[in-house]
Amino acid sequence: MTMLTVLKRGFFTTVQDQGRYGYQKDGVVVSGVLDDYAHRIANYLVGNCENSPILEITLNGPQLQFHIDAVIAICGGNLSPSINGRPLPMWKSILIKKDTVISFGKCLAGARSYLAVSGGFHVPKVMESASTYVRGKFGGVDGRTLQMNDKLTFGPFSKLNKRIFEKLTGSTVANWSVPYQRMYSKKLIRVMKGRQYEEFTNISRTNFFKYQYTITTESDRMGYRLKGTPLALQRDEEMLSEAVTFGTIQITTDGQPIILLADRQTTGGYPKIAQVASVDFPSLAQMKPGDRIDFELITIEKAQQLLRQRERYLQLIKTGIRLKYS
Amino acid sequence: MNFQLYPMGDHALLLEFGKVIDPKTHQQIQKITNVLEHSPPSWMVEYIPAFTTITIIYKPTEILYKEACLELNKIVLNMEEHNAINQHIVTIPVCYGDEFGPDLEFVADVNSLTKKEVINIHANGNYLVYMIGFSPGFPYIGGMSEKIAAPRKKSPRLNIAAGSVGIAGKQTGIYSIDSPGGWQIIGRTPVRLFQIDKQKPAFLKAGDKIKFIPISRNEYYEWVN
Repeated sequence: MTMLTVLKRGFFTTVQDQGRYGYQKDGVVVSGVLDDYAHRIANYLVGNCENSPILEITLNGPQLQFHIDAVIAICGGNLSPSINGRPLPMWKSILIKKDTVISFGKCLAGARSYLAVSGGFHVPKVMESASTYVRGKFGGVDGRTLQMNDKLTFGPFSKLNKRIFEKLTGSTVANWSVPYQRMYSKKLIRVMKGRQYEEFTNISRTNFFKYQYTITTESDRMGYRLKGTPLALQRDEEMLSEAVTFGTIQITTDGQPIILLADRQTTGGYPKIAQVASVDFPSLAQMKPGDRIDFELITIEKAQQLLRQRERYLQLIKTGIRLKYS
Repeated sequence: MNFQLYPMGDHALLLEFGKVIDPKTHQQIQKITNVLEHSPPSWMVEYIPAFTTITIIYKPTEILYKEACLELNKIVLNMEEHNAINQHIVTIPVCYGDEFGPDLEFVADVNSLTKKEVINIHANGNYLVYMIGFSPGFPYIGGMSEKIAAPRKKSPRLNIAAGSVGIAGKQTGIYSIDSPGGWQIIGRTPVRLFQIDKQKPAFLKAGDKIKFIPISRNEYYEWVN
């Protein structure tokens, strides 16, 4: 049964969950959402488990028609969502009535919006994940971005899905929203030293932190190519390929950095100057071509401590939402 | 067993067993991946073996870097010596030359060999899969004779069919999916190296030994059908 029809496709909208883990040893790309916090909170707001498949909407959003009543939540970057022409609040649980149309407009803040529906988007799992990997043509909806006339269905309702749905009937919009501001930084990205950090020239190590790097238009879910003061190794050496991760910053032969993201290849052979702290992945996800980045060096201990703080905050939000609907 | 631990940011760490590609280093990696595969630590998300390293992805919300290092040291210390390692020999049929191997002649010419000699040398090598990477199911294979080494193409082809067997420098490889590439293509195998709908999507894994068996064009098409 069709529950949602795509009326207009937008720029780049895909179904994603937290990613396809366990197959990197087979060379399979992880994929998954870029902004895991927006993803998790959107899922909490509708009563899903945190790995439920959602829509990741980039810069220019689609137009979507709902064929059933459903609870939705939109988190992450502000792409001016509207419902039948009226602005739609973000970071809130919202009850959508049958036949309403959701549209997106100008990109006001950030770059990526996350739309969750109660029950989650239902797509066939490939290697245990719903995530779309467009280059590999698998996962999500036929391994591609959403297109006009795509028909989507949602998964079955949990008890919590139902409770939220019933509580919202009558009011349609919750009278509270999640305080999210402290999750995003506009420019500053904290990093740790990469594997080959010490092998770069002194001046390169200084410049990497001294100057800003601009995200170029050659950037996508695989990685952001940056442009700025070129960086160089003390001496050229042939590197053996080894695994790379989300947030690995490698320096290509022309001296420019690439920050690897969700659709990165599993292994790489470029020298790695730094690794982005996980706590700053959402900030990174909400940046777009033209934005400038300041890198700041922190220790692993600090990065892990910050991540645990963030995790506690997310758990608090999750519990808070459950209490409101208990 | 000698190895060093390095952090890879705040959610991965890396065990390094050496700086050069050799079968001994590879065996040590195989031993540990065996343990990680059959009794994975609860805090591990997954592991990724490479030429001289294993990278371990973990959840920093469950374990800190220093704790994970201690745990891994324990795992390596407690590893049983007789720990069986993968001795799997995989045969891969290859139809060499003609439309499946447009660069066979080039490889023969740069090495002053006949096409037949290139096929013989390639098919009689002892090959080892060091790692899977670059693209889904793509094996990095060691063991090719330098007698058939050939430089990469100056400009890469836009599309190389899955199953194409190629040579780049002193390496040989098999394209696991259709993709652009600059390797000199000498043949094609009907075996699919990567199938998303299989329970084990990758046909090969690190540690496999490979034997190439030359087949005719008819045998190739019989295999495909």
